[in-house]
Amino acid sequence: MSISMSSQNIVPARASATRFVVPALLIAATVFFVMLPAFKPPPFFESLLYLLFFWIALATSWTILSGFTGYFSFGHGAFYGVGMYTTANLAGTLSIWWCLPIAALLAALLGVAIGAVVFRVRRLRGELFALLTLALTIVLATIILNTPIDGGPGKYLLGVQLPVIYENSATTIYLMGALVAMGSLAIARWVQYSRLGRGLFAISDDEDVAEVLGVPTYRYKLLAFAISSGIAGVAGAVQAVFVSYVTVSETFSGTIALYVILMSVIGGARHWLGPAIGATFVTLLNFTFVSGDSALAARIVIGLALILATLFLPEGVVGLFRKRRLAHVQPALEAAPAAPPVPPVTLRGAGVAVAPQLERKVILRGEGISLAFRGVQALDRVDFEIREGEILGLVGPNGSGKSTLINVMSGFYKPDGGRLLLDGENIARAPAHHIAQLGIARTFQIPRPFPRLTVLENVMVAAMFGGASMRQTMSIVKAREMLAFVGLAERAQALPSQLNLHQRKFLELARVLASDARIVMLDEVLAGLTPAEITSAIAMVRRIHGGTRTIVFVEHNMRAVIELTDRLIVLNQGRLIAEGAPREVMDDPAVVRAYLGAPDAEG
Amino acid sequence: MSATLLGQSILSGIFAGSLYALIGLGMSLSWRYLRVINLAHFAFVFFAAYLTYEFAGVRGVNPFVVALALVPLFFLLGVLQQVLILRFSINEFSSIIVTYGLAIVAEAVIQLIWSADFVRYENRAMHGNLALGTLLFPVADLVMAGIAIGLCFAVWAALHFTWLGKALRAGLDNPQIAASFGVPNQRLLLLVAGSAGALAAVGGFFVAVLYTLAPSQIFSWLGVVFAAVLLGGLGNPIGLVAASLLIGISEAITMAVTAPSWAPVVPFTILILLLVLWPERV
Repeated sequence: MSISMSSQNIVPARASATRFVVPALLIAATVFFVMLPAFKPPPFFESLLYLLFFWIALATSWTILSGFTGYFSFGHGAFYGVGMYTTANLAGTLSIWWCLPIAALLAALLGVAIGAVVFRVRRLRGELFALLTLALTIVLATIILNTPIDGGPGKYLLGVQLPVIYENSATTIYLMGALVAMGSLAIARWVQYSRLGRGLFAISDDEDVAEVLGVPTYRYKLLAFAISSGIAGVAGAVQAVFVSYVTVSETFSGTIALYVILMSVIGGARHWLGPAIGATFVTLLNFTFVSGDSALAARIVIGLALILATLFLPEGVVGLFRKRRLAHVQPALEAAPAAPPVPPVTLRGAGVAVAPQLERKVILRGEGISLAFRGVQALDRVDFEIREGEILGLVGPNGSGKSTLINVMSGFYKPDGGRLLLDGENIARAPAHHIAQLGIARTFQIPRPFPRLTVLENVMVAAMFGGASMRQTMSIVKAREMLAFVGLAERAQALPSQLNLHQRKFLELARVLASDARIVMLDEVLAGLTPAEITSAIAMVRRIHGGTRTIVFVEHNMRAVIELTDRLIVLNQGRLIAEGAPREVMDDPAVVRAYLGAPDAEG
Repeated sequence: MSATLLGQSILSGIFAGSLYALIGLGMSLSWRYLRVINLAHFAFVFFAAYLTYEFAGVRGVNPFVVALALVPLFFLLGVLQQVLILRFSINEFSSIIVTYGLAIVAEAVIQLIWSADFVRYENRAMHGNLALGTLLFPVADLVMAGIAIGLCFAVWAALHFTWLGKALRAGLDNPQIAASFGVPNQRLLLLVAGSAGALAAVGGFFVAVLYTLAPSQIFSWLGVVFAAVLLGGLGNPIGLVAASLLIGISEAITMAVTAPSWAPVVPFTILILLLVLWPERV
C-alpha cells in the first residue's frame, strides 16, 4: 500500500480511485488488527504489535506538528508524559474511557498554551523552538516530580479496571493501541491533504510568504500543535496502563523525544506514512536485537540510519518513491522550451485610453504612514491614494522606501504611525494573512516560491488562502488556468528550482492572479530579465491589468514605467516627493534632483 | 540557613558553573563560528572521560600525561567531524540531527567497551580539601574551576587580540570579502572545530576526575549547558562564564533552600524566558 500511495502525493488532485483506496486500506487494517486476537496469536506477538502501535502513534503525532511545519519539537515527551500521568492519577477513580479523552484534552491544552507563547516570537528559528520545547519538558518533569502528581517515587497503576473484550485485559491494551495507531494515521493523512495541511507545508517552506498569501500561520501552527499533542497524550495514557508503573525519569527522558524524531526522519517527516515506516523499522530492529551486545549493535545501526537519512534522504524512505517519480517526470520537462512564448498581446501606446483620473474611486488610502528601523526613517508621513483600476507606478532611487511601502501595504511590516484605509477599514495593524484575504496581493522582488511544493501547488496555496479563498478542488482548476495564462502550464508538476528566473517571476504572477486580488503589487518584476523577457513581462502586466485590475508597479526601468502606468508617485528618503501623470512627474525638478543629485549651489 | 551553609552552597554553585562553562565553551564556539549545534560534543566529553578513567585509573598512567595526550587526539577528532560536516554541507538545523546520530553511536560504543555500569576514577593527585575558615574547597574542583575560567578568558583574548581571532570574526561577517583579504576561511573553521574538540577533552578529563561515569549520563548536562551557552551569548566566552556561574549558583541555592530535585527549574526557566523575550540574542 505504501508504494503506490506515496507516489501519488505529489499530484495534488489525487485520482479518485486512490482517494478511497487508502481509507479503505486503513479501515481494513484496523478491522484486521481488532479481529486478530480471536485467532489466538502467541502472546509475545500481541505485545510486539502493541509496541509498534505505540511508536507509530507517537511518531505520527510528532510529524503532524514538526514534520509538516518544520518546527522540530524536542519535547514531545512532555505531551506523552501528560497522558501517562493523567491515567496514573485518575485511573484509580475514573474509568479508562474517561482517562483517554481527558489525557488528550490536557495534552492538547498544554500544547496550545506553549504554542501560544512561543509562536508569538516573530521569526522563531527552528533551533530555538527545539531548545524551547526541550527546556519546557525538563521544567514540566521537575514540577511533576516535586508535586503530588508524582511525588518522587513514581506511580503504580494497580487498581485499573479494564474491560475484558477477548480473554484477558492485556488484549484490551493491545486493542486500544491498535485503535490509537490507526486513528493517528487517519488523522495525519487527513491533515496532510486538507486545507490545514496545505497551509502547514507552505509554512514549512517559507512562513512569511505563506502569511502574505493568506495562510493564518499562527492559528494553523496552534491547531497542528493541539492535534499533535492530543494524540501523544492518548498514546501516553494507554502506555501508562501497559507499563503499569510510571516514573518521571523514564517518562521525560530525552529518549522518547529523540526516538520519535529519529523514526520520522528515517521514514520521512513530510508524509503521513513516513513516521509509521520509521517506527516499524526502529521497533523491529530493537525487538530483534534485544540482548546485550546485539542491542548495542542495533543502536549503532539506528544512529547511523539517522545520519545517513539526514544526509542522503531529506524526505526519508517515503521520499525515495517521490524522487523516482520526479525523475520520471523530469526529462519531459527539460525538453520543453526554456521560456514560455510571449503572450499574444497588442501593445497600446503610452497615455492612450487612460481614463479620466479623478473619476476613479479611491480603494486604498495611506495617511501619514511612518516607519523607522533603528533610527533610519524608512517611511516619513507618506500620504497616497490608490484608485480602482489604475496602474500606479511607485518609483524612487534605491533605498527610497518603495519596498518598505509595499511591505507595509501587504502587512509584512506594521507602520509606527498612520492609517491605511481599504474601503474605509483601517488595515495598518491587521495581520498579513487578513490583508491577503481582503484582496491585496504582492510579488517578491526576488521570487520566493515554496521550494518543496510543485509549481501547481504553489499557485494552489494562493488560490485557497488569498482573496479567492477557494475550496481545494476549485483551486486546482484555478491554478491550472493561471499557469496557462502565464505560460507555465507544462511545468505544473516541476519544482520551482527547475525553473529559470524569468519563469519564477511568472510563477509569482500566477500566484497573485490565482488569489483573485483586487490590488496587485508588483515589486520589480522586470529586474534581472533580458530585454526580450522584459518585453514579454510588460505585455504580461498589461494582460494582468486587463483594463480593470488595480496594479501597483514598483520599477526602476523607466521605459516600462512610462509605457505602463497611468499615474506615478515618487519616493525619496522615505518621503513622497511627487505625484501625478508619468511624463509630468518625470520632468519635476524635485524628481530629477532625487535621481541625479542636487546641482551645485551656484548652478 | 546558616552563613556557612549558604557559603558552601554558593561555592558548590561556582564549581558546578565552572564545569558548565568548560563544557559549554566548545559548543558555544562551534555554534557561533561553524553554525554547528554539536550534540556530539557531549559524547566527545564522555569519550575523553572514559579514556581518562581507562588509562589514568585502570592502567595507572600518570593523569597529566593522559590529559596531554587527549588534547591533540580530540583536536583531530573535532577536525575530522568538521571536515565531514563541510563535505556534506550540513546546515545548522540538520547539524542537530546528524550530531545526535553521532552521539547515539558514541554512547553505544562506550557501552560496548566499558559496559553500562557506573565507573569511578579515583584520583589521588587532586585529592582532599583546602579549608578556609568554615568553608571547604575541594582541590580537584578548584583546579577545574581555575582551568575552566582561565580557558574562557584565554579564548576571549585570542578572539579579540590575535590576528587569528580577528580573521575568524571577519570571515563570519563576510567570507568572500575576508577571503579576498587573504583570510584562509576553511582552515580557520577547522582550527575552531579542533579547538572545540580539544576543549571537550579537557572537560572530559575533569568529568572523570569529579564524577561517576555511565554511558546513560551523556546528555545529563545537555539542558544546563545549552542554557548557559545561549544566555552567555554565542561565541562569547566571558558571557558564558557569567551565565554559567549565575546558573550554577542559582541552582545550588535552590537546592539548599528547597530540595535538590527542584534544581533544574531555575536554569530552564531562565532559558525559556530568554528565548521568548529576547530571541534576537542567538
